[in-house]
Amino acid sequence: MQGFATEFSSAIALILNGDAELWAIVLLSLKVSIFAVLISALIGMPVGAALAVARFPGRRMLIILMNALMGFPPVVVGLLVYLMLSRSGPLGVLELLYTPTAMIIAQVVLVTPIVAALTRQVVEMLAEEYSEQLRSLGVSRLASVPVLLWDARLALVTALLAGFGRAIAEVGAVIIVGGNINHVTRVMTTTIALETSKGNLALALALGAILIGIAVAVNAMVSTLSLRAEKEGLRHA
Amino acid sequence: MRDLAPEMIRCISVSGLQISKNGTALLNVPRLNLDGPGPTMILGPNGAGKSLLLRCLHGLIAPDTGRVEQDGVPLNKDHKARQAMVFQKPVLLRRSVAANMDFVLKRRGLQRTVRKARIAELLAEGGLESKARQSARSLSGGEAQRLAILRALALDPDTLFLDEPTSALDPSATQMIERMILRASTRGVRIVMVTHDIGQARRLAADIVMMQGGRVVEHGDARQVLDAPQSDASRRYLAGGLVT
Repeated sequence: MQGFATEFSSAIALILNGDAELWAIVLLSLKVSIFAVLISALIGMPVGAALAVARFPGRRMLIILMNALMGFPPVVVGLLVYLMLSRSGPLGVLELLYTPTAMIIAQVVLVTPIVAALTRQVVEMLAEEYSEQLRSLGVSRLASVPVLLWDARLALVTALLAGFGRAIAEVGAVIIVGGNINHVTRVMTTTIALETSKGNLALALALGAILIGIAVAVNAMVSTLSLRAEKEGLRHA
Repeated sequence: MRDLAPEMIRCISVSGLQISKNGTALLNVPRLNLDGPGPTMILGPNGAGKSLLLRCLHGLIAPDTGRVEQDGVPLNKDHKARQAMVFQKPVLLRRSVAANMDFVLKRRGLQRTVRKARIAELLAEGGLESKARQSARSLSGGEAQRLAILRALALDPDTLFLDEPTSALDPSATQMIERMILRASTRGVRIVMVTHDIGQARRLAADIVMMQGGRVVEHGDARQVLDAPQSDASRRYLAGGLVT
């Protein structure tokens, strides 16, 4: 018990004293996840919105596939990205394996289906409500996409935060493609796993506390925005 | 109701209009000419096909057969651009009151300063000037419907279709909406409105289209239809009897 208390106070000291190694890890984690979420937004939002307003054969199948991808096991995603980026893989020439870029790619693969599926859900609901009015105003299906995305902005930020939550807490995929290399690809989750196995609980606890703090902050933002979106009559099902 | 120069009157005509679903005829209007100055009220019981006819007239629904013409020309994009529609439940964008107005004015390609002035003018006309910055979704039912009408009028339409715009409103809100409709009509906007409120039809209509079972059972001058209906269905509806 005394050992735990010592580790815990060391962890607090690491945070408060601005330990360079700890904050470098936190910064890299945030950088990787924020980039991944931004790229996912650029891909997932238009795809989700297009699936919400367009009507074509196989659309239902695509939606089912996209929803299924939301629950794709991260280690499998890590393995697939690893195979793509490994020296003998199709993207091997880019030499991205064991770099933060590889971790961003893995997180993009994990987060994009979440952003796309939630966007589709929100935009489809709104499109149903706006459909006749927009057609009456002469707005085409294609031209309605930016209108719908803008009016669903609160719910869409919630979707992005949900994606960020998934990205920042991810271990399996990033450890496979990042390799957990010190000062290069070591992020909060992979460091916690490594340092715990080495018995360096202070650093693991400090990172754990920061990760929990981020998770709570993200959830608080999601909750506040959901509440506002609900007031506006728009919320995820 | 008002005197309009004949060239200002938009003639909307329908021929051979049919819509069916699963073998059931929902709408069957062989011929209908709305060539008076209006306002035209489409009256009838629930399920008579009033809203369906209105959507066909505005081009929101394509009929199975038949066509809609304006001034002798099949309804086209240019006609539709000069039409506007207000729905039973107002559909407002999740933006401020002013931004809802701005959305349609921007679509008309107006400059920012012109848009700003027009928004102020229209909101003042509808008594919503103090709510300009408020979220449109926080308006009361009456205010929301007033905004929907103002937004439709911002398009400067020559024809305004209204689908039971006051069905969920109290008498005071209804009165405000009716005043707005009459003002628009006086300014030359062709009003075609669905209602099942006989009193409202008496207050607003110049001519009445009476519908039942997807068919037009009577069309004529409002006084004549209301005071001396020619069809049994009209007589039963106006007498408050059950019409199926």
